[in-house]
Amino acid sequence: MARYVERAENLARILDINETFARDAQGENDWLPVLRLNCDEERFLERYRRVEAGNVVRFYIIDERNPNSIRRIVHAARENARSIRHLISLETWVQLNVFYNWVRGLNSRNLRLTELSRVCAQIKEGCQLHYGIANGTLYRDQVWSFYRLGTYIELCNQTTRLLDIKYHSLLPSWRDVGTPIDVAQWNALLRYAAAYHGYRRVFPHQMTPTTVAGFILFNPRFPRSITHCVREFKAALGHLLANEELRHVEFPRAALDALEALAARTPEDVIGTGLHEFLDDVQVKLNALSTQITATFFLARYAA
Amino acid sequence: MATAAERHGLFSHYDPGVFYCEMFGSPSQPAHHTQEIRARLQRMKPSALRRRSRASDRELFNLGITFTVYSDKNAIDRVLPFDVIPRVISAGDWAHIESGCKQRVAALNEFLHDVYHEQRILNDGVIPRELVVGNANYRAEMVGLDLPFKAYVNICGIDLVRDAEGVFRVLEDNARTPSGVSYVVENRKLMLRAFPDLADRIGLRQVSNYGMKLRSALAEIAPAGIEQPNIVLLSPGVFNSAYFEHVFLAREMGVPLVEGRDLIVDAGHVYMKTTGGLIRVDVIYRRIDDDFLDPDRFNAESLLGVRGIFSIYRAGKVALANAVGTGVADDKALYAYMPRIIRYYLSEDPILENVETHLCREPDGLAFTLEHLEELVVKPVGESGGYGVVVGPKASKIEIEECRARIKEQPENYISQPVVGLSVCPTLIDSGIEPRHVDLRPYIITGRESWVLPGGLTRVALRRGSLVVNSSQGGGTKDTWVLE
Repeated sequence: MARYVERAENLARILDINETFARDAQGENDWLPVLRLNCDEERFLERYRRVEAGNVVRFYIIDERNPNSIRRIVHAARENARSIRHLISLETWVQLNVFYNWVRGLNSRNLRLTELSRVCAQIKEGCQLHYGIANGTLYRDQVWSFYRLGTYIELCNQTTRLLDIKYHSLLPSWRDVGTPIDVAQWNALLRYAAAYHGYRRVFPHQMTPTTVAGFILFNPRFPRSITHCVREFKAALGHLLANEELRHVEFPRAALDALEALAARTPEDVIGTGLHEFLDDVQVKLNALSTQITATFFLARYAA
Repeated sequence: MATAAERHGLFSHYDPGVFYCEMFGSPSQPAHHTQEIRARLQRMKPSALRRRSRASDRELFNLGITFTVYSDKNAIDRVLPFDVIPRVISAGDWAHIESGCKQRVAALNEFLHDVYHEQRILNDGVIPRELVVGNANYRAEMVGLDLPFKAYVNICGIDLVRDAEGVFRVLEDNARTPSGVSYVVENRKLMLRAFPDLADRIGLRQVSNYGMKLRSALAEIAPAGIEQPNIVLLSPGVFNSAYFEHVFLAREMGVPLVEGRDLIVDAGHVYMKTTGGLIRVDVIYRRIDDDFLDPDRFNAESLLGVRGIFSIYRAGKVALANAVGTGVADDKALYAYMPRIIRYYLSEDPILENVETHLCREPDGLAFTLEHLEELVVKPVGESGGYGVVVGPKASKIEIEECRARIKEQPENYISQPVVGLSVCPTLIDSGIEPRHVDLRPYIITGRESWVLPGGLTRVALRRGSLVVNSSQGGGTKDTWVLE
């Protein structure tokens, strides 16, 4: 549930950012990075002839046949909630249900480019309302712990994707830093990652790829950074394992340690060796961690 | 009965005709207990009522109190229509219904115990043997198994109708997995939120303790010697249209909601898989049919059940509610014998009578049915949900002849009953307040003893003149008020 809502919020964010980037740049290619980011290029081209704003937006928000569309994702979140409905608060369920029905009601007309920003804002707000309610009403038991584990894995995942799209839209060479277009794009990225006000507190005067990427990836006080997410994840895991019922459960640390090692790198090092490769590596480690959780808690072998 | 002059405001054009009206009674038996409620309703404007009704509908939708119909990748939520005018039952009427239901359940349980043990009633020729032993729902595997308090039907839903004389009669027993109680409790919450002014100090008996009562009863039937039995609710899962009710019950009882794959049989017990390991399960409220319960014992293709669970049940190491094999008792053909069953085991006259029923498997019943086909309601014995029913007075000549042919071909598969002029209740329709037919399904919980939830589910046929109240065919529900 947590992961799906996180995914919906971030997809709305990405669509919104990309619209900003596309406005500044020339040509139609600028929506392609979004498709490539989610490995959706092939699936998209099966049904839409041109990679243009209108189609991509439709594909990602209301297309019923795209399993990565916000419509399908929010549906999945709601179905998840339905299956644990007896374990979550009524308010959590109702908001998600109402939100789902609103998303289902969206049609092409709502997605005109002049409306896109507003719709994305509404989607984000729906997701944020969900967190607020969940945070405010869920009983702090195992359900809560798993909810948090899911949240932080997905936040981490989405941060890397967000940064990757910037990488794709970037001018071919890292040497073209400091140009007016570049700075404007970094600015927009910071804003949509909800990192702007935090960043400006830490770096009142500078804006370079290193400082921006470094802040987004590694600043321990930025709630969407890998560093912060890993720390919160560990806390949630500790909380979970402290449960009386789970005292016999052993959680193998390898996957978590690998992720922690990545979070301990420096921005200069990462950019030097390749931002994209680093982001890819983080995603691989996140998948491994997620698999480990499922294997440890949900797939124990029982004598039949 | 309030005269036309006395009926004003909301009910100024309301006319129940020849039917008994739940709100006004009948000319010979006016309903006094609804006086205050009527007075309060009469002061309301139809537009205000409609506004509050729409708000209720929205709330039902938002809360997800819906049937979800799955097709392809789509999931369509459908609200079960809820009518905001309550159906009110007097304390006197309720006392009668309550004792009648308890008697009926007692008889059902005695009957089930008997047919799975000595079979005295069959040996004495009171009921044809093959009707029971040859019944598809009779489970020979249950013979000889003793259950605590002889309680086979732990949760029973009895469908009642009130005829034109104002007398309540039993239409059908539901002894397998009766559903709908979630709507009873949710409807009440909705009504109290939308119409606090109507219910204020009226003396309404509560329904909110259903979950606790159910849980207590389930604890009572746990295997002997267990201090704090672990109770779970076994559901077929998210894609079942009644899933909402499973969630509701699990929450109200405060027990885990599980599916077949969450349970496992090991070392003579049933266990539940949890994040922290296995936990033994002692009582299972199962909302899965007998056939799907255990692929080892029954339908081998079932993916919903738990392999090996029936052996544990037979060994008395886990309790199931309702017991396996109760379907033989709520069979439509057996229904006609219920008055005899009550007399046989309890030596009492039935407090709640059946609707007059003719069995086509009996020569007299067949002859009567074929002769009066145009006036009777014909029901196939095996169907549920109102399907396959032919209502004589409403059917075309062709439908009647087709029905006649079907009956002649397989007489043992049909029963017939006169058309009961079901009672009506004022219902909010687009054009105003109109009478619509209703029925009543009280719920009876049995552990050591039986307890009846005050009221139950009132289903209303929303199409004018329609007698079919099932949700799957355009029915809705009302809140049921039992007064103190």
